[in-house]
Amino acid sequence: MTKKEVRNFLIAMALFVLAALLPIADSGYWLSIGVTIATYMVLSTSWALFSGPTHYISLATGAFYGIGMFIVGGGIDLLPYWMLVVIAGCAGAILAALIGLATLRLSGVYFVIFTLGLAEFVRQIVTWIQTTMGSSSGLYVLTDLNDTIIYWELLVLGALVYLIGWWINRSRLGFALRIIGNDEVVAVHCGINTAYSKVILFIFSGTVATIVGALLAPRLSYIESNIAFSPMLSFIVVITALLGGAQKLWGPIVGVIPFMLVWDFLTATFPNQTTLMLGICFLLVVYLIPNGFAGLIEKYLPLRHQER
Amino acid sequence: MNALSALSVQNTTKRFGGLVAVNQMSFELRTHEVLGLIGPNGSGKTTMLNVISGALKANSGFVSLFGKVISDQPANLIARSGIARTFQLVRTLNSMNALENVEAGGVFGHRRLWKNSLRSQAIEMLDKVGMAGSMNNPISSLTYIDQKRIELARALMSNPRLLLLDEWLAGLNPSELQIGIDVINNLKSEGHTIIIVEHVMDAIRSLCDRCVVMNTGKKIAEGKPEEVLEDEGVIQAYLGSEHA
Repeated sequence: MTKKEVRNFLIAMALFVLAALLPIADSGYWLSIGVTIATYMVLSTSWALFSGPTHYISLATGAFYGIGMFIVGGGIDLLPYWMLVVIAGCAGAILAALIGLATLRLSGVYFVIFTLGLAEFVRQIVTWIQTTMGSSSGLYVLTDLNDTIIYWELLVLGALVYLIGWWINRSRLGFALRIIGNDEVVAVHCGINTAYSKVILFIFSGTVATIVGALLAPRLSYIESNIAFSPMLSFIVVITALLGGAQKLWGPIVGVIPFMLVWDFLTATFPNQTTLMLGICFLLVVYLIPNGFAGLIEKYLPLRHQER
Repeated sequence: MNALSALSVQNTTKRFGGLVAVNQMSFELRTHEVLGLIGPNGSGKTTMLNVISGALKANSGFVSLFGKVISDQPANLIARSGIARTFQLVRTLNSMNALENVEAGGVFGHRRLWKNSLRSQAIEMLDKVGMAGSMNNPISSLTYIDQKRIELARALMSNPRLLLLDEWLAGLNPSELQIGIDVINNLKSEGHTIIIVEHVMDAIRSLCDRCVVMNTGKKIAEGKPEEVLEDEGVIQAYLGSEHA
């Protein structure tokens, strides 16, 4: 590791410890929004690991997240909770692999529409299974896990995603993805197995999203398909990643914190216009800061740019 | 099949719907040979190159590299077995700088370098195409000929056994053209095996050992450049029958 990497690692550790202390400082409003921020931090970062370099915009995050929730909801009376989280991770990986293999030939807008449709499809299937086989439209998840524990779980997962993301960015796989994002034809003729590289990353981000859903299930207590499979979640993940800058590993987290604070204020002030607000946020981000905060920082701190 | 044959194309046909872009093409290429693939616009030269590099799948026939059939493989495996190419319309990786663009060719293909050996090779290749001074420049700041040089350096990074240049000299002004010809001449003297698709006749005369002439997907002549360029059928294909 170079000196700069050691420095960055120490900064990251310090921030992690600082973030972990939040539940001690406050257990009410700030912890609650802390859980939300941590949720989107993990989701956006893992989303950006795939979509940042390849420019494949996935709107399937909500589908993975919802499946994670329902696996916990369906199995909480039968199996220990931790085992359900592991099962959720495996299910997410398998589903992502299947989707990845099916969508290899799609690119650009077709991929976006496919993933959006997929999220809706999965929601309909889960709803159908519930209404034909279950008794009620929702599932109860009653555990003694409180917000503090959930928050710490998410932080640890986030740290793992960061470490893996850091490792991927330095590896041949990360370089391959950047080449694919620039020009897939060139990538193929450089000898890159583009399908393999894309599927591996898609599996990673899908697995993480499913685990996040499983971790969040105890917080909701009552899980219903309309809440678990909210398309809003997929869109917020995209917005926060774009706001922060999807090209950098630390980009999404820089976007998540201010966005969720503003978002919390907006949803509290305009509870009936949240979709409208989301649309406005989307437009503002795309028009005003197309490269995100990370892009702005790079632009105004040209010294950083030279270091790579 | 000749023991020295680097590339062998046999009875290859490529159709797009009803259009036969490449029709029963067969030719051989020896090691260290520079072959010119020429012909009027739309005669199927680039399609032929795309079939060799795996960008397109032939409908029939096969292509083999040093005796091993490659036409049934995907393009990334063909690249790995040692065929590198440039594109008719220059294709660079625009979010990366010049050095990274060149490095891209040496990680996943015929040569699989990483870290220090990758960097030092990339710098050497940039030097070879005369671009060592711009290695940290963003691609968008480079002129057209410089982007073409970067693309060539990327192809050379894999230490290819066969190099395909698709109109690499097209669109250059006279002084750039001379630089371009010198670059390819250097590759030739280093012993590279090359197929050049080209319209610039001066370049073909000075660079190619042999030429294959295509017209409407078929091979109409093959031989030394000065011979095929005098061939009646070839002149007719380029200029029309009244000039023959």
